Amino acid sequence: MKGKNIGFRKAIVYSLFIGSIAMAFHACQSAGEIEMAKYMSNGKDLYQARCQNCHGKDGEGLGELAPPLTDTIFLKSNKTKLACFIKNGVNEPMQVNGKIYQEKMPAFKDLHDIDIAQVIVYITNTFGNKQGMYTYEQVANDLKNCRK
Amino acid sequence: MKKILSYLYAACLAVLAVSCTQEKKLPIYGDREAKITKDANGNEKIDTIYKTIPNFKFLNQDSIEITQDTFKDKIYVADFFFTSCSTICPIMHRNMKTLFDAYKDNNDIMFLSHTIDFKYDKPSVLKKYAQKLGVDVPQWQFVWGDKKDVYTLAEKDYLVAVQEDNAATDGYVHQGWLVLIDKHKRIRGAYDGTKPEEVEKLKNDMGILLAEK
Ligand code: HEC
Repeated sequence: MKGKNIGFRKAIVYSLFIGSIAMAFHACQSAGEIEMAKYMSNGKDLYQARCQNCHGKDGEGLGELAPPLTDTIFLKSNKTKLACFIKNGVNEPMQVNGKIYQEKMPAFKDLHDIDIAQVIVYITNTFGNKQGMYTYEQVANDLKNCRK
Repeated sequence: MKKILSYLYAACLAVLAVSCTQEKKLPIYGDREAKITKDANGNEKIDTIYKTIPNFKFLNQDSIEITQDTFKDKIYVADFFFTSCSTICPIMHRNMKTLFDAYKDNNDIMFLSHTIDFKYDKPSVLKKYAQKLGVDVPQWQFVWGDKKDVYTLAEKDYLVAVQEDNAATDGYVHQGWLVLIDKHKRIRGAYDGTKPEEVEKLKNDMGILLAEK
């Protein structure tokens, strides 16, 4: 009878312990999630105001005039160049979804690092992409390495 | 009781049916004047003269000269744009393309896009643009002309404001109207080409205009 009681108490302590770890973990995760959600929602507004005219509501592009944003592999392998494309504009042949595009994308000089980070998080986590967070510190770093 | 209800129901349906079949007619825009004429018996009658789009002569994307003869007995949608425009033009043409897709191969309908960038948008540039937009067919004409001809036609006749402006993002400012012209060269509607819901209305109005006798 006594032994059973101790076992019962132990179980409660353990479960409280595990529960609090889980809660701490959950809280951390939510802080990250909240940050991400903020990036996503600001990024969406920016996308609609500045990018959607060319790249489309569903990232489908516009004929051969603007490439789609649905090529996850392209976006992933060019991730460190995206900030440069946006800040400085770009006009070079690029293969997106197996098709070659070459047109001029204008420079968005007025966008700050945080804006660029938010719009990149938005496009790389929408239109079938799921590439997670990308911070404004990373933008600052990537912009240092743009090809001139 | 049930019977009364079903009578009411039938009456409602009848009212609806009548209001649906009532012919809708699009307005006619622009200044108009009254003209008094005499018929064979010497009786006076009054005709209303509506504003019409005057004749024009432009080069299209194939460097071929086109005039109003190209649009004879057609209704058409006209707009003003330029190929290096990075703001409203891509939206206008994305939306206009949905009209083009809806009325593709309809011989009574055409599209006419005028460039306002007389310096850069020569026919060869328009050709490339049309190809890349995916609409390089005779049904959609892209035209280039002298600044004076194009700008006058835009402002005086199609009632669309266009302007060179070095302070603007791409060097020009203009309105994004899509203008609907009937078979008698009269303006029958102007729709904001950047708003999908207005373009949807235009698509519908094109159908109404086609049905007009
Ligand atoms: C005027 C039209 C236009 C606008 C506005 C525009 N882009 Fe682009 N974008 C292009 C074109 C054209 C290319 C291809 C450039 C090339 O061929 O060098 C491109 C390429 C890209 C690419 C790389 C290729 C791809 O499809 O993945 C990304 C990413 C991109 N744009 C994101 C953006 C973002 C984000 C914005 C808004 C801040 C934006 N674009 C605004 C026209 C535009």
